[in-house]
Amino acid sequence: MPTMNLLQAINNALDIAMAEDEKVLCFGEDVGGFGGVFRATSHLQERYGRARCFNTPLVEQGIVGFANGLAAQGSVPVAEIQFADYIFPAFDQIVNETAKFRYRSGDLFNVGGLTIRAPYGGGISGGHYHSQSPEAYFTHTPGLKIVVPRNPYEAKGLLLAAIRDPDPVIFFEPKRLYRASTGEVPEEDYQLPLGEAEVTKEGSDVTLVGWGAQMEVIDKAVELAEKDGISCEVIDLRTLLPWDADTVAESLLKTGRLVVTHEAPQTGGFAGEIAATLQERCFLYLESPILRVTGLDTPFPLTLEKEYLPDHLKVFEAIRESVHY
Amino acid sequence: MTTTRDIHVPEFLAGDEFSIPTYRVLTQEGTLCEGAEAPTLERDEARAIYRAMIATRVLDERMMAAQRQGRLSFYMQCTGEEAAVIGATAALDEADMIMAQYREQGALVYRGFTFDEFMNQLFGNELDYGKGRQMPIHYGSRKLHYMTISSPLATQIPQATGYAYGQKLAGEGQCTTVFFGEGAASEGDFHAALNMAAVHEVPVIFFCRNNGYAISTPAIEQFAADGVAPRAFGYRMHVIRVDGNDILAVHRATQEARRIAVEHNKPVLIEAMTYRLAAHSSSDDPSGYRSRKEEEAWREKDPILRMQRWMSDQGWWSDDEEKELQERLRREVLEAMKRAEKRPPPTLDTLVTDVYAEVTPALQQQLDALKAHIRRHPEAYPKGARFLDPELSRTDDEGES
Repeated sequence: MPTMNLLQAINNALDIAMAEDEKVLCFGEDVGGFGGVFRATSHLQERYGRARCFNTPLVEQGIVGFANGLAAQGSVPVAEIQFADYIFPAFDQIVNETAKFRYRSGDLFNVGGLTIRAPYGGGISGGHYHSQSPEAYFTHTPGLKIVVPRNPYEAKGLLLAAIRDPDPVIFFEPKRLYRASTGEVPEEDYQLPLGEAEVTKEGSDVTLVGWGAQMEVIDKAVELAEKDGISCEVIDLRTLLPWDADTVAESLLKTGRLVVTHEAPQTGGFAGEIAATLQERCFLYLESPILRVTGLDTPFPLTLEKEYLPDHLKVFEAIRESVHY
Repeated sequence: MTTTRDIHVPEFLAGDEFSIPTYRVLTQEGTLCEGAEAPTLERDEARAIYRAMIATRVLDERMMAAQRQGRLSFYMQCTGEEAAVIGATAALDEADMIMAQYREQGALVYRGFTFDEFMNQLFGNELDYGKGRQMPIHYGSRKLHYMTISSPLATQIPQATGYAYGQKLAGEGQCTTVFFGEGAASEGDFHAALNMAAVHEVPVIFFCRNNGYAISTPAIEQFAADGVAPRAFGYRMHVIRVDGNDILAVHRATQEARRIAVEHNKPVLIEAMTYRLAAHSSSDDPSGYRSRKEEEAWREKDPILRMQRWMSDQGWWSDDEEKELQERLRREVLEAMKRAEKRPPPTLDTLVTDVYAEVTPALQQQLDALKAHIRRHPEAYPKGARFLDPELSRTDDEGES
């Protein structure tokens, strides 16, 4: 089985989707001949032509509005927003249009073919505008699906599923892992299910929940915790909307303890939704308060990024706090 | 107000009927173009502009080298666009507001931002006015009327319209100049800004640096029109296209634009035709999307070279001065870099200040929890741990923005 990094896995998924279905189009800023600033769309223009893989003018609201129209027409657009930090000019198109297209027309029209790809997250010395994790702005929007892969294998399978899913998907890619994360990825076409979390490690004392780049942080924290004799169960949510509360609840019924972690600020972050849902479903089984390990409630910093980030030590301390409550 | 001329057969206008001329004063050899008016730029002003252009070039070369050595995380050069940025800045009043995109450090150099001030921002140390919160090149200076840079493209353009409207109401005779690239002009914010400026009669100068590329995307894939200039007609706005590598043309055009803006409260669009000689940023490699040959052709049109020839012909500049200036600037940049590198980062408390005017109780709790965490693991957070002991966190002098 070939080894790929996360970018190669994404490129490979796009290649497969475009080869299989000529309705699939890839576009965005610098994605044409150059192959994107991270090279996720390398060689796609060469293989599939300028009509199907192209540079757009520099206008995110235009990119998503155009993609909405294309999807409504029956094409399968995969639009790239160069950084998730730059998705906000397209907020109106996504929140008021993409998300409501099917509902408002009584299913006369839909933009289900649409996938929006955007690199997100910190740890790359990117400051406010190349580090944010804006998922919670979108998880508050019924009608969207939000998917975040944690490694190359997941990225390929989830992206292929997102492109073929009958609903619009925002696919947030952990850019810190683009080249840092490598692994075996099957050459052939495969899909991983949307809306299903994955238990990546079984354990009995405490449940850890995260997604995307934060899974690597959780794994490091769990290593420390297990040295202390704490048995951890780890869940990658994979899809944030609609999210798989059943898998988390099942785990929590067993462990009685839950730590949720994400890079985005705490207040209004998606960990709050998870905590609220799980205390409703598992209240009498809880052995300790559900804990959140997140970024601070500030804009994403630069010089003090290391202090700001919810790293493995902070997650490890939350695990201990949860277990020794 | 729409015009009322009726036609009775369907005649379309093709959209390519306007051809915009380019205002040019200096030839590449540094002589005046035939028919060009005599330059209004005087000796001392010309020398100040030229020195700022050289200083910007030297700063860019040294800092790009520092980035390549791993001393700096990121850098962006103004290289090739010095005449456009500095020529425009020199034509403004020093109290006029400048809202830049991110490639306009020449404007700051001209207005007197020191190498130390540049370095403090680039290294995000405790003297950085932005408190180490933004990536390198995101400068700002209140005293030099230069708005702090924001990476998202074009957001500053409608802000400039608003700022200038406030200046008009204040009645102090100032205006705002907003710089942006031809790529940013594709954003919705650009169109909103121009329309509002024309409707509300705002003293703002929209200065487009058409440098040919938005990262890898050539201007030909950015717009089908004859550049950005024709858009002014759609908003009923004054417009001029200038050779952006011609210091005399840029300076004269901006002087006149400022007069229209301030005396008549009319916005003006200037499109300066130039070329981004360097990569988009230190993270970019242009060899993947443009040819050496193309770059070489533009290197021969270097705006500094053109101005130098003109200055020499006037007897306003000599080779000896050039050599002395270059050497002195290189030394000063290196010295300033060494000083800035030694400075510690901003204190841990700056993580939570300036989110609001006052730190909220909830944020204070988050900071306290972070400090407690760092106390348990000081070795894991070398920058943060330095500030847990109040003795260590005292700084000996404070900057002034």
